[in-house]
Amino acid sequence: MSQVFLGMPAHSSPGVGALRGDQTFPQAARTALADPQLRRNLGHATGTIRAKRLAVVSELDDWEQLRLAGQAIKAATMARLDDHLARLEQEVTARGGTVHWARDAVEANRIITELVQATGADEVVKVKSMVTQEIGLNEALEQAGIAAWETDLAELIVQLGHDTPSHILVPAIHRNRSEIREIFLREMPGVDPDLTDEPRRLAMAARSHLRRKFLSAKVAVSGANFAVAETGTLVVVESEGNGRMCLTLPDTLITVMGIEKLVPTWTDLEVFLQLLPRSSTGERMNPYTSMWTGVSPGDGPQDFHLVLLDNGRTAVLADEVGREALHCIRCSACLNVCPVYERAGGHAYGSVYPGPIGAVLTPQLTGVEQNASLPYASTLCGACFDACPVRIDIPSILVHLRARHVEEYAAEHRLPSAESLAMGAAAWVMSSARRFGFVTRTARLGRVLGRRRGRIRSLPPPASAWTATRDVPLPPTETFREWWLRTRGES
Amino acid sequence: MRVALFVTCLADTLFPQVGQAMVALLERLGHQVDFPAAQTCCGQMHINTGYQRQALPLVEHFTETFEGYDAVVAPSGSCVGSVRHQHAAIARRHGRADLADRSHALAAKTFELSEFLVDVLGTTDVGAYFPHRVTYHPTCHSLRMLRVDDKPLRLLRAVRGMTLVELPDADQCCGFGGTFALKNADTSTAMLADKMRHVLATKAETVTAGDSSCLMHIGGGLSRLQTGVRTLHLAEILASVETLHAPAGAS
Repeated sequence: MSQVFLGMPAHSSPGVGALRGDQTFPQAARTALADPQLRRNLGHATGTIRAKRLAVVSELDDWEQLRLAGQAIKAATMARLDDHLARLEQEVTARGGTVHWARDAVEANRIITELVQATGADEVVKVKSMVTQEIGLNEALEQAGIAAWETDLAELIVQLGHDTPSHILVPAIHRNRSEIREIFLREMPGVDPDLTDEPRRLAMAARSHLRRKFLSAKVAVSGANFAVAETGTLVVVESEGNGRMCLTLPDTLITVMGIEKLVPTWTDLEVFLQLLPRSSTGERMNPYTSMWTGVSPGDGPQDFHLVLLDNGRTAVLADEVGREALHCIRCSACLNVCPVYERAGGHAYGSVYPGPIGAVLTPQLTGVEQNASLPYASTLCGACFDACPVRIDIPSILVHLRARHVEEYAAEHRLPSAESLAMGAAAWVMSSARRFGFVTRTARLGRVLGRRRGRIRSLPPPASAWTATRDVPLPPTETFREWWLRTRGES
Repeated sequence: MRVALFVTCLADTLFPQVGQAMVALLERLGHQVDFPAAQTCCGQMHINTGYQRQALPLVEHFTETFEGYDAVVAPSGSCVGSVRHQHAAIARRHGRADLADRSHALAAKTFELSEFLVDVLGTTDVGAYFPHRVTYHPTCHSLRMLRVDDKPLRLLRAVRGMTLVELPDADQCCGFGGTFALKNADTSTAMLADKMRHVLATKAETVTAGDSSCLMHIGGGLSRLQTGVRTLHLAEILASVETLHAPAGAS
């Protein structure tokens, strides 16, 4: 049990929510790679969104300036996050809302459950929200006898399928329409038994199911894409309009928001409302942008609560390099361009935040040692940086987190890992040309391994991971430095 | 100009022909190349696998070996990327501000081959002759860390006798990623499979790129499938001249 010190940022609650998978990334990826249907679904979906995004981004000749502005606003906001959060609380309170501070998932779930219980309701409708997935809110409410109904179509598919999201924007990206039809027939009460897998018929079935929930629910739970500190205004950006139903019909609205989601002013918001839709859905503007400020007598929810969640975020903020991960506006552009995500799928990341941004955010929220395989789940190809609307340097953060993992491992273990011994030995060899020249000359001993075929087809572990699918070239009879010495003499 | 060749540890050990091609090419263009014998490795493998502290002596060794030259040229986008974008930061993070400044200054005169030819020497036609069907894979670090853009293609388009064919989804990573190829072997193999599918679709006889490591990955897969498609470093193609390809007995 680790001790908690005053002022020390804490990591997210273990055992609660969706930030820790049961398997390492390579293990979980193997399962996904073995599923050809999943790979087809993912390849098709990411390819389509990728092309749409490129097309709408290239329409704007000031896209790079917008990205730079987004990056600068985020950096400036994080530098004074405490001040902006205090302002947000002050403005929300002044407009009739109530602000709650939650250190972690356990605290947030307790606060929200008590708020729902105080209304006497036994069900809530939900706007699509990453952060409530992060803290495992639906499960916590269920334990308290409260049913939580997802109203975003893709989230509904995931919920009815007893599944977890595999993409930030398209949580059911791994499902095709015939799978969705089967889920609806099996799980949706009162569904037409002759339902086909035509998208329109599926959407109609979901609509009549959801309409009943919207009209009966007294409490709604939402996340937030942004909060504007200067007026205490919350913002949700969506495509279907179901969120707007949740935000206006129920009597009580509870919004849960990670503390990094705020922007200081409305002028700042302008930048992100241009960056977000083009980056995420490849649209010029999203269909529904809902904003609400406190409560308005006689109009909309009369009781508004804002839960501000840490759950490891101040620990991220404390890392000078890694804190940039908090700039993320959850557009999912990095997922759609990532060659690793495209093959391995979202579930392989074991967290509600998959893809490149998940690989840098999740280990920081939980502590690197609890998600140690994630910083390595990348080839550092850099496509994520190019796509990121706020220019998060994901490859550099990945490299930084790898170093943190290696250093934390070394500090906590008396015996070095095999990899660390090998790396240490390699560094020792490579820091001297004499030693390096000696070792490279011995590499040609490897020629015996492939002397008949002219290439090496099999090596012992750990190199066997390479030779399972790839040949190794035969080492040459003469290294470059030997050739230089022989033909040119000493330089 | 005192030009130093940084051959890279991989080319030194496994692909000496790439270094030899660099020397032949630069000498043909009238430049004298030096090979500082003290050189070893840029430390990228250590840095990208998380062993920054172990990489620090390599950063220092690299800087000491090359800082006296007017220019350093290497046949690798990723090694130059490491020198340019990682060395100074690593030195600074380990409290070596002096080394960081020296690394930073050295980074400004360290170039990948296509950058050196096009930006420093101001040439796109190096007088090469290579009568084959070739496709070009733009390696990730050349493309996104160095932003070499179409420089390698401009050099290749000027090669006589060559048919250059476009690689579908060229800017997708081949799945090498250094130790990624071992740590995430299944995902790496899936990425390689798609890259090979695209290479075979071009019906090219040769795949070329500016990085021996990516070529080792793609070539390792192509060899395992016995496709007969070969991999050649950009330097090897640019170093080729007509006489070498004249059929035996031709006048």
